[in-house]
Amino acid sequence: MADAKPVPFRGGGFRPRGNRWAGALVFVLLIALIEIGLRQGWISPLTLPMPSAVLTTFGELWESGQLFNHLVPSLTRLAVGAALGASLGIGVGVLIGLFGLIRAGLVPLVAAIFPIPKIALLPLFVIWFGIDEGSKYALIAFGTFTPTVVATYGAVDNVDRTLIRMGQSFGLGWASIVRKIVLPGAMPGILSGLRISLAIAIILLVAAEMLGAEFGIGAYILEAGSLYDLERLFAGVIILSILGVLTSAAIGWIEKRVLRWRV
Amino acid sequence: MELRVEGLTHRYGDTAVLEDVSLEIPAGRIVCIVGPSGCGKSTLLRMLGGLEQPDQGRVLQVGAPPEGSLNPLTFVFQDFALLPWRSVAGNVSLVLEDHAVTGAERAATIADVLGRTRLSDFADALPKQLSGGMKQRVAIARALAVRPAVMLMDEPLSALDAQTRELLMDDLVGLWTRERFTAVYVTHNLAEAVRLGHRVVVLSRRPGRIREIVEIDAPLEGRGDMADIQARLWTLMRDEAAAADAELLHG
Repeated sequence: MADAKPVPFRGGGFRPRGNRWAGALVFVLLIALIEIGLRQGWISPLTLPMPSAVLTTFGELWESGQLFNHLVPSLTRLAVGAALGASLGIGVGVLIGLFGLIRAGLVPLVAAIFPIPKIALLPLFVIWFGIDEGSKYALIAFGTFTPTVVATYGAVDNVDRTLIRMGQSFGLGWASIVRKIVLPGAMPGILSGLRISLAIAIILLVAAEMLGAEFGIGAYILEAGSLYDLERLFAGVIILSILGVLTSAAIGWIEKRVLRWRV
Repeated sequence: MELRVEGLTHRYGDTAVLEDVSLEIPAGRIVCIVGPSGCGKSTLLRMLGGLEQPDQGRVLQVGAPPEGSLNPLTFVFQDFALLPWRSVAGNVSLVLEDHAVTGAERAATIADVLGRTRLSDFADALPKQLSGGMKQRVAIARALAVRPAVMLMDEPLSALDAQTRELLMDDLVGLWTRERFTAVYVTHNLAEAVRLGHRVVVLSRRPGRIREIVEIDAPLEGRGDMADIQARLWTLMRDEAAAADAELLHG
């Protein structure tokens, strides 16, 4: 009789599945490594600040109440700028997705604006909107606008045409089709675009606070940077990172709720 | 209400898809359109429902749609075309929301059509939770909800497995027996055509012309597989289907 052996399993893999603690563990290990390295002396104290010292600085920032003096204006700028940019971006993106003429007219413009480092335009925004909050809102709004437009019209393009035909065949009005079929169908793409736009908004927040901002995380980081105060610099950077993690988590939460229908 | 097709001709670029198709769809009957793949039968159906415009010829509505019909020409699509983000009841509700129907009337209509398609227990389910056969029943319920004068069915059972297809054919016969609706039923499946059609229109391969119109007098309920008529249709189509197949390969 011939040998019998089990058929080897060769499926599996290509299916990334999360472990909720893995992310936290990476952070903890990395920080512990830096702390130990600095204490043991195999990382030069000139290259990195001691994580424990950064934590102390952060604690001082909290206790002195300075944290909120910086955080509140930053969050306001982020919220106003990102809300403006994202809503305009979604609006223009939907228009580009729906109307051929608008698409033909605006897609090259968006493609031309997209690669411009918005930071380079800061002086222009200061002239247009003043050195106060206006220019900061404008910079963040402009920076979130372009990626949102591109993500949105791509998402509208990807809406299942058979669903739109269905809507027409049942005599649904144009506005109904847009509101009940196109927008929900484009929602997954719009949300994943927002993830990127909001990260860009945080980057631009720091850039916006480079000019004429007394308070704000960006101002705080820049001041620490020019003094080579690495502890304070890192305390500021950590706030930005936390902000990034929080916005990404918020989008994830919205996705989970709004896109429950997805297979 | 009846539909009359007069001299329909259509081309996509250089390819003629329909040539001089004239046809009558009498009220209260199911007209099946069969033909080899690519013969333009789906195009013809889309023209019947006003989703596409023919190059020449016209489609006429004869007589007024019955009182209370919200959407006289109503499609049932092969791929169901359900909104995945709406529940079963929500998908039916969608097609009523643009009409002047009160909330109570709408709820009553939804309950009625879901009952007729035996979906009442699944009103809150999302499409992703349903089997193919149930999805198509939702699409049929949605079509019934607007009280169509003519149902335009584009290969409604082709995406389903053989057993489900049998069950749904019984459902359709049952629905028709209860309330005699008018339908145009496009299919490439002769078994469906002889089970459901009062009249079977055989189209030739591209460009689609009417090859023959076969009337089937036997009542819908209790029809068997009608082997003789199926065989006759198949002889009509066989060479055309083979030629269409070869054409696609060389195409």
